[in-house]
Amino acid sequence: MSDRLNDLRQAVERLLPEVDGVVALKQGPGGIVAPHLFQREQPADLAALALWPKYPVPDTLKIIQKAHPGSTLAVVCRGCEERGIVEMAKHAQIDLAKVRMVGLQCVADEATFCRCAKPFTAHATVTVGDKIEGVPDALTDAFLTKSQEEKLAFWKEQFTRCIKCYGCRNICPQCFCNVCALEDETWVETGRLPMPMPPMYHLVRAMHMTAKCVACRECEETCPAGIPMAIQFRLIAHDVQQMFGYETGAVIDQKPPQLLVLEEGDYAKTGLPH
Amino acid sequence: MEYKNVLTTCPYCGTGCNLHLQVLDGKLVGVLPAKGHVIADGGLCIKGWNAYAFVQDKDRLHTPLIRKNGSLVEASWDEALALVAERLGQVKAAHGADSIGILASAKCTNEENYILQKFARAVIGTNNVDHCARL
Repeated sequence: MSDRLNDLRQAVERLLPEVDGVVALKQGPGGIVAPHLFQREQPADLAALALWPKYPVPDTLKIIQKAHPGSTLAVVCRGCEERGIVEMAKHAQIDLAKVRMVGLQCVADEATFCRCAKPFTAHATVTVGDKIEGVPDALTDAFLTKSQEEKLAFWKEQFTRCIKCYGCRNICPQCFCNVCALEDETWVETGRLPMPMPPMYHLVRAMHMTAKCVACRECEETCPAGIPMAIQFRLIAHDVQQMFGYETGAVIDQKPPQLLVLEEGDYAKTGLPH
Repeated sequence: MEYKNVLTTCPYCGTGCNLHLQVLDGKLVGVLPAKGHVIADGGLCIKGWNAYAFVQDKDRLHTPLIRKNGSLVEASWDEALALVAERLGQVKAAHGADSIGILASAKCTNEENYILQKFARAVIGTNNVDHCARL
């Protein structure tokens, strides 16, 4: 068992002279944690370096890099966050060549909290903590045997509680469109709650997360209504894996299905109707 | 290059959810929820998620405006407050204290709201006090 916080502090300290800044978590007033840009000019900040709760750091990295495209940044990322960064790079949101990743391996409690299948990084050259195996996601697995009616009843009940805070979209690092379909009156009627069936907000979002969701579960965590929406994204990810052999954020040079030009016969392989 | 998160209380209602204002190079660029905070524990409503948007808005007023000859003109706080005091005095003298009502705000602190109702009762002389959460 390693002392992750101490090890991470040393890893960040070693990196600080080599980069313009390191994106990691910092404890603030009242012990509340938030992303922060650690820089060599403020070494004292390192005393407040934190591990948990996790935050959508790929988005923080993107915000800083877009404003400072010439900079070299490092980021402390967990397995899901690393996959997020890789996927965002494929969609031209992050310049991976100017990013150094410090992999923070999750511990069992964290993996259980996230129902995470891959609580470890794969590309980070520096890693902190011991790699553990993933845990099963009982909530999502239960859907594999549910009937259509049972699934519909489940989601109907869940989406009735949605207050349309847009938190799931806002917190998602993979939601980066300049114009968001979810703000279009055609799909989401302003001022109407509970949202009518079919709940277009959630269905549109589920479709847009295809081959983009990296299962970080930030959406579920920030949802004031506690809707376990990652179930949808994980079921879709399962289909994408089967149809296109694509695992989101896993392989750096594999093109995502949205960017693929299908060759003759490729479509038939997906098993989708003609 | 600077990026930090500033923990603060959402200005929109009286619930008191905390949130982080994301500050990039001295400018507000977004909001992050405050995980582990006692009120909302990492959740926010749509207002909280947009609580940064008005701060640097180009339409935001920087000075009081006084309507002169039908159009609004920028004025100093001293000038504006003097005008309000003068007009409230005129209205009270002509129509009585109960012709005036005071609207407090759920966005203010308890202390600020206390001062406002004290102003209504002790200075103006009316019990007509209400607050924006009922509007």
